Amino acid sequence: MYIKRKEFIQIGSLATAAVMLPKFLKAFESPLMVPEGNKVVVILQLSGGNDGLNTVIPVRNDVYYKARPKLGIEKTKSLLLTDEVGLHPALTGFKELYDDGSLGILNGMGYPNPDRSHFRSMDIWQTASNSNEYLTSGWVGRYLDAQCQGCDKPTQAIEIDDMLSLSMKGEHLNGIAVKDPQRLYGTANEKFFRDVLKNHSDEAGEQPVDYLYKTMADTLSSADYIFKQSRLHPTKAEYPKTDLGNSMKTIASLIFSDINTKVYYVSLGSFDTHINQSAQQQRLFTEMNDAVKAFTKDLKANNRFNDVMLFTFSEFGRRVAQNASGGTDHGTANNMFLISGGLKQKGMINELPDLSNLDEGDLKYKMDFKNVYASILNKWLNADDVAILGKKYDYLGFV
Amino acid sequence: MSLTNQIKNQHLMWRAGFGPAVEQLSDLSQYTPKQIYKALVKASDKKPEYINVADDYLQGLYMGIEEAGRQQQRKELSTEEKKKIQQKNREGVRNLNLYWLHEMVNSSTQLREKMAFFWHGHFACRNLNVFFQQGLLDVIRRNALGNVGKLLKEVSKTAAMLNFLNNQQNKKDHPNENFAREVMELFTMGRGNYSEHDVKEAARAFTGWSSTIKGEFIFRKFQHDDGDKTVLGKTGNFDGEDVLDILLHQKQTSKFITNKIYKFFVNEQPDKEKTEWLAERFYKNDYDISKLLEDIFTSEWFYDPKNIGAKIKSPIELMVGIQRMLPMKFEQEEALLLLQRALGQLLFYPPNVAGWPGGKNWIDSSTLMLRMRIPQMLNDKDDFNVTPKTDDDQMMGRSNNPDEDPKANAMKSLKRLGKPVLVKIDWSLYTKNFESIPRETLQAHISSILLQVKSQVNPDLIKQYTDNSGRENFIKTATLQIMSTPEYQLC
Repeated sequence: MYIKRKEFIQIGSLATAAVMLPKFLKAFESPLMVPEGNKVVVILQLSGGNDGLNTVIPVRNDVYYKARPKLGIEKTKSLLLTDEVGLHPALTGFKELYDDGSLGILNGMGYPNPDRSHFRSMDIWQTASNSNEYLTSGWVGRYLDAQCQGCDKPTQAIEIDDMLSLSMKGEHLNGIAVKDPQRLYGTANEKFFRDVLKNHSDEAGEQPVDYLYKTMADTLSSADYIFKQSRLHPTKAEYPKTDLGNSMKTIASLIFSDINTKVYYVSLGSFDTHINQSAQQQRLFTEMNDAVKAFTKDLKANNRFNDVMLFTFSEFGRRVAQNASGGTDHGTANNMFLISGGLKQKGMINELPDLSNLDEGDLKYKMDFKNVYASILNKWLNADDVAILGKKYDYLGFV
Repeated sequence: MSLTNQIKNQHLMWRAGFGPAVEQLSDLSQYTPKQIYKALVKASDKKPEYINVADDYLQGLYMGIEEAGRQQQRKELSTEEKKKIQQKNREGVRNLNLYWLHEMVNSSTQLREKMAFFWHGHFACRNLNVFFQQGLLDVIRRNALGNVGKLLKEVSKTAAMLNFLNNQQNKKDHPNENFAREVMELFTMGRGNYSEHDVKEAARAFTGWSSTIKGEFIFRKFQHDDGDKTVLGKTGNFDGEDVLDILLHQKQTSKFITNKIYKFFVNEQPDKEKTEWLAERFYKNDYDISKLLEDIFTSEWFYDPKNIGAKIKSPIELMVGIQRMLPMKFEQEEALLLLQRALGQLLFYPPNVAGWPGGKNWIDSSTLMLRMRIPQMLNDKDDFNVTPKTDDDQMMGRSNNPDEDPKANAMKSLKRLGKPVLVKIDWSLYTKNFESIPRETLQAHISSILLQVKSQVNPDLIKQYTDNSGRENFIKTATLQIMSTPEYQLC
């Protein structure tokens, strides 16, 4: 669902007033707010190609330890999930989520004819294309196209960043990138931009210049809307003072508000660990772990954990064998984490990758990542996955 | 309404070049577009110099490799050396970017550089080897205004393209179809005009096309499949050149390329009648690029109001255009790279082999607002407080080490100086143009020079944001303010 213009105006004006209202009075507004149960997706992109084998570790597999005499993580150091599987030692919060049934792990996710260029493979994940086609729109963007015709704001999909990823750009509509909801307010020329818009007569032309004015108007009104919403119920919880920690805090505050956002997008990187992998992955995983832990704790405390689905992905995994520089090189298939209070399948959802059946030193993918997109689009977001992905993919059972 | 020569010539300069240069402004009202075009052609006549930015270390190393190769004992490189090579290559591609950008701003060979810029997107190629990249750029710049057949064949034999499209792995009995597929889909005919079987057969013809470590083309005879192949209905023992000839013989190739050129130089919405007429002549003229451009730029319809100001400037066009109008010196040229990256067009790093999609794709909330903030950043009134996305292909894992991450370094040093984009604008040439303009019409005059579409911004509003303390200050502030509008994004 999305908020139609009329409803939005009501909410918008109330929202402004609400900032000044004592908490108990806000109860009156609840019929107009986005109802509880409004499902939200949070996408966490691990940029650079995260080493999946040192993330979800096959602790009983000799092939793994033989291929990685230096880099392999010992069973005793890993956070054991089962007899055969351990998590990277930094992922303590993920282990807790696993233990209480709110973590799912998908293994061997990828696509046919994998590409080992970061940019290209990321494009494939972000556009949900095949490896031999070049799409200029992203899958979240096409979700906007499908869901949001007639919406007056592109805030259904927000990326917590300065710049917008391809995944967020549709054929007709784009999501919006906001690093800091307060920031647009600080640019020197902002008053000028607002005056330009105020004085602009709103003709719905088809010329490029009309498109520019429309984008500008959308941007400024979305920025206002997001800013106001972020101030409505700002989370009081503690978050780590890292980039990702701040981003997750922003997302939580927006989830607790009345905003119409369905998809949040945020990235962490770089996981491109050709050299000195151990320290780098440890550092990034600590940042990820602490931020996600604070976020899920916050959601639980506010009774929203069942409505939020967070998933991670990376453009590719890495080679099974370590390289000579204490790192790993570009690989293929990889695992994905699914995190939610509302998971229908949890724990190890499918088998660990088969390390004895490799394709020139790389894992063979077992499932197309687009199955995950299709499942989330159809069953979590109630959207037309076939129109968005251009093809029917089987739904998975986790949602 | 008949358009003035001034506006027509500005249109011509934006499309056949990177916008009018400040020193040309007085000429633009005095000559006809035909005269200006003739001058552009003449200025681009000369063969361009090879741009060599590889430093002595790499130069020496590659010479050494060649020497060692000759003696059949390839030197093993240490990890340290490999690291250094990567770093030097990255610096090299960065310097190549800035060098070429500088040419676009300052060179009088505007038509050649603009056409080369088109081919740079058409023959899109990511490659981290600076020798390969400068080799490809040289092929493109030399042949930019020449013949498509020759250009296509030379590009197809560059180390940059052969490596990028995996033709090194295309061997007899183990074909890799990537190169053949992209040549047909993106360089010549376009999707839907050939079969999968054609791709397979063409790939066999390209087997053995490879390059030496120094970037020279080499035909590896023993990897070549010399059986009969059937491509687009023709059968024979074809090699790569034969297949390229077969593709060029297809009228579809002329249509495909003409259409793309029309969209790039004239209008995103192709006019079928015009493009068919152009493609027919292009084919008859044996793919002579200069003749095609002459057909376009000397036509009446090129100057139709519907084609003027109808294009969204690409980030490079925007940045180069500003610099051509306002001569400026960047104290930290890193800013030029950060802007390219943040706006979505970093030279030598196209998103994929299909190139930059262009048009509306340039614009989203972030890029549009950043574009409109650039003039005030140059004027030291706004901060470059935007972090572009990282590009791991370019970083090669180096971004893990902050000391080696050029972006982090640039951001750091920009922050240290407190004002991110340090620029010295030389206003003298620019303001001189307005000496004889009366005060009342000054703002309208500035607007007419900077904009290709009628501004929807109320002139009084611009006035509110200008510095009226003197004629010169007024010109400067009005110029920057007009450059900060949506209309300035168009050409």
